[in-house]
Amino acid sequence: MFDRRLIKFFDWSLLGLTFLIGFIGLVILYSAVMAGDTGPHKILFIKQLIWYSAGLIAMVFCFLFNYRLLEKWAYAIYSICIILLIGVLFFGTYAGGARRWLILGPVSIQPSEIVKIAVIIVLARYYSKNACLTGLRLRELIRPLILILIPFILIVRQPDLGTAMLIVLIAASMTIFVKIEKRSYLYITAFCSILMPAIWFLLKEYQKQRILTFLNPDLDPLGAGYHIIQSKIAVGSGMICGKGFLKGTQNILAFLPEQHTDFIFSVLAEEWGFIGSLVILVIFLMFIIRGLSIAYGCRDVFGTMLASGITALIAWQIFINIGMVMGLMPVVGVPLPFVSYGGSSIITLMICIGILLNISMRRFLIE
Amino acid sequence: MGKYLKTADIEWFKKRLIVTMYFVILVFTVLVFRLFYLQVIEGEEFSRLSENNCIRLQSIDPPRGLIYDRNEKLLVDNRPSFDLSIILNDARPVNRTIENLSYYTGISADDIMSRIKKCRGISAYKPFLLKRDIGRDVLAVINAHKYDLPGIEVNVKPQRQYINRQIAAHLIGYLSKISPEELKDEKYSRYRGEDFIGKFGVEKVYESYLRGKKGGRQVEVNATGQIVRILKKVNALSGCNIYLTIDLKLQQKAEELLKGMAGAVVAMDPCTGEILAMASSPSFDQNDFVGGMSHEQWHSLASNRLRPMENKAIQAEYPPASIYKIVTAIAGLEEGVINRNTKFYCPGYYKFKGREYRCWKKQGHDNIDVLSALAESCDVFFYQTGQKLGIDRLAWYAKACGLGSATGINLDYEASGLVPTAAWKKRRIGVAWQPGETLSVAIGQGYNLVTPLQAAVLISAVANGGVRYEPFIVKKIETPEGKVLKNADFDSKKKIAAKLPASSQTLEIVKKGLWNAVNSKKGTANIVRIDGLDISGKTGTAQVVGRNENEDNDERDLAYNLKPHAWFVSFAPSDKPKIAVAVIIEHGEHGSSTAAPIARELIKTYLER
Repeated sequence: MFDRRLIKFFDWSLLGLTFLIGFIGLVILYSAVMAGDTGPHKILFIKQLIWYSAGLIAMVFCFLFNYRLLEKWAYAIYSICIILLIGVLFFGTYAGGARRWLILGPVSIQPSEIVKIAVIIVLARYYSKNACLTGLRLRELIRPLILILIPFILIVRQPDLGTAMLIVLIAASMTIFVKIEKRSYLYITAFCSILMPAIWFLLKEYQKQRILTFLNPDLDPLGAGYHIIQSKIAVGSGMICGKGFLKGTQNILAFLPEQHTDFIFSVLAEEWGFIGSLVILVIFLMFIIRGLSIAYGCRDVFGTMLASGITALIAWQIFINIGMVMGLMPVVGVPLPFVSYGGSSIITLMICIGILLNISMRRFLIE
Repeated sequence: MGKYLKTADIEWFKKRLIVTMYFVILVFTVLVFRLFYLQVIEGEEFSRLSENNCIRLQSIDPPRGLIYDRNEKLLVDNRPSFDLSIILNDARPVNRTIENLSYYTGISADDIMSRIKKCRGISAYKPFLLKRDIGRDVLAVINAHKYDLPGIEVNVKPQRQYINRQIAAHLIGYLSKISPEELKDEKYSRYRGEDFIGKFGVEKVYESYLRGKKGGRQVEVNATGQIVRILKKVNALSGCNIYLTIDLKLQQKAEELLKGMAGAVVAMDPCTGEILAMASSPSFDQNDFVGGMSHEQWHSLASNRLRPMENKAIQAEYPPASIYKIVTAIAGLEEGVINRNTKFYCPGYYKFKGREYRCWKKQGHDNIDVLSALAESCDVFFYQTGQKLGIDRLAWYAKACGLGSATGINLDYEASGLVPTAAWKKRRIGVAWQPGETLSVAIGQGYNLVTPLQAAVLISAVANGGVRYEPFIVKKIETPEGKVLKNADFDSKKKIAAKLPASSQTLEIVKKGLWNAVNSKKGTANIVRIDGLDISGKTGTAQVVGRNENEDNDERDLAYNLKPHAWFVSFAPSDKPKIAVAVIIEHGEHGSSTAAPIARELIKTYLER
């Protein structure tokens, strides 16, 4: 039965913000793929448009049913995603030094993107059942730990350190958001401070080297370090007003190997300058605040956890990606939401928006 | 369904959300400050750096590891190659620069322009290669007129140099530019389009050791492309040096002896499995591959009937012919179908199921025992031995002697040869085994196929008393600093592949037979006997498929490609063997006259050091 309140509570501002960012993202992507002879082909832009259309359908689908059903389906969704991740390890396509894609018919998907939502849903379910005023005890944290560790290990094996860390960050954010006993905090801190050095000594030399380079790109002046310098030059040379649409010289010359994916913010900053970058940052900020207020407005724990988890996912990706492009963060393969090229990423984000809209419009429907 | 919120919970979440909100705003503030710093405060500086793309990356190629022979004689090294490139952005005005370049170097300007135009999508800031390996005289001219040639660069790169032309070319292999297919391979994920990789032989198999590690530097350049300062530098690491088991002198001798013929030689230390020489003829010049080969050059190599690009020592399979009698003798003696004193009568042919199987000697060998049958290579004796054994027992011994499977030498494309069995024939050809075929197999004809390396391993095992060692070609691998990574001499477990399926008495008989083949008057290899050398061996004359056995041809009239292949396997000294040699000459007609003298010369060269 259709309830008129669904329309009344529909979050038009979130939808508007999504369309706005999506539009800006496409403009920037157009510049990134069209500039210069050497840039990637415009087919990428068309593909991104197709992905957006598919994403819209996914989004609509995700707010049609009551989001509380997700609680019931949580483990099924989680299992499917884990199976896909295992599939990547065995049948994944190898490109650029890692195995990340699964070819399913005409499209190739990146299961590590979709698994983020699965982790959020499954944790939201667990925490909504176990949260209490006194806070979670250590014993109650074992299950979430295992739920995170399985996809974490599978993604590290690809290897995709960035996405693996992102999942840990999202999960940690959600866990801190629920209450944890003070004593548990102490235990966890103590445990980590012992375990970390122990693991460090067990690592092989090349693995240590990889982590050190990850944390400090300057150690790899021919790879990540060089990318960071070029990225900083691109951002910095935009100055206040930018060089103008399709006029970014660093962009045109294609110095950055990932200019249409991970380093796309540098294209924006170079062509639109400080003013343009500020506008995008403000829109992103509004977006995150919108997500948090949906979490705030929700009256059941599952919905609150789900909304805050999704907001954490989008917020961390923004922080890490922009921080990396400006040389504040390690160089990791985390896409900028709604802007970076990538089908799996767009679909995942649109599903996230669908779920947020769903939570928002059903927040008063308590049977 | 989950819990709904109680008032206390709502309070808690409210607090959390407010804290989170503050955190988010704080992070955004940091991002905005960073943006402000990069774009407003440092903006001018970054803008200047971006204008000419001042920060560039130059890669430094590592010198590839060197290759030596067993006595530390250098076989392969690197020499500097001066590569001429242009950076289009710095070469403005491009037309004048190219005209000047053409004037100084003699390379036609149109040629350069068309090459540049052809490569669409080249970056104006990256060096575009015009000519590799310009001579030192051209280099001097370019250096002298540096200021007329903006944006023209000469980069020194190490280029592979094979010191002894055509020597051990198949064994050492060669380098060549990585192909687009190889670039997609996971194994070559660290390589880039212009890189050279080992494509054949040791260069290919030991690529990961030889390659070294690329270096590079970040530099800042001015408007004409001159380096203003070096920001960061990572040194290239040279590759590891490899010491082969081959003996250069022996190898050279082998190649010299094979000159003008198609065939292969394998010499090995029978007591360790070290390959002392491995030659395949005709050979090719590896330097042609490194320098870039013309289409005609490649075509003439690839279409040559004598297959110069094939390492015949391990890739080519031949009927073993009479050298297979060693296997038949071992099988017969071990299975008890013959013993030391068994004699068969040879009238020059053997009648079996209404057909005459002929001995190579028309007048026959009379009554003959196993020792003389080996020495004089009597076919009839082994027809009968083989017939008594049956094909499957014979095949079991052949396999146990290492035939029909790759020896495991660390080289690519090793062929496995073929040991036919009744089941194999039924499966592959769909026809039941005919008893007469067993007779052909027993003297090494029929479906039998072996590689020269397998023959060398077999004769080595006979020579050393029955141990089949896995043949190998790398003695030692050393880092550029001299740290030994692999050392065959100290490998605790000697690479024993298996033992021959023969008792010491059996082997004594076989060895005596092989000694007689060279040292008795009637022996088939008697002509190679010389004073002072104690050689044992076995000849073989392999019929080429297509020739009718029963035809009475005058052999001088046979076309080249119908002439039989000539085999000789041997070792010396007979009691304490130091070297085993297998020789095959394609269409060499008689083992004794073409193959055996080559083996003798090699043994002489090696033992007379």
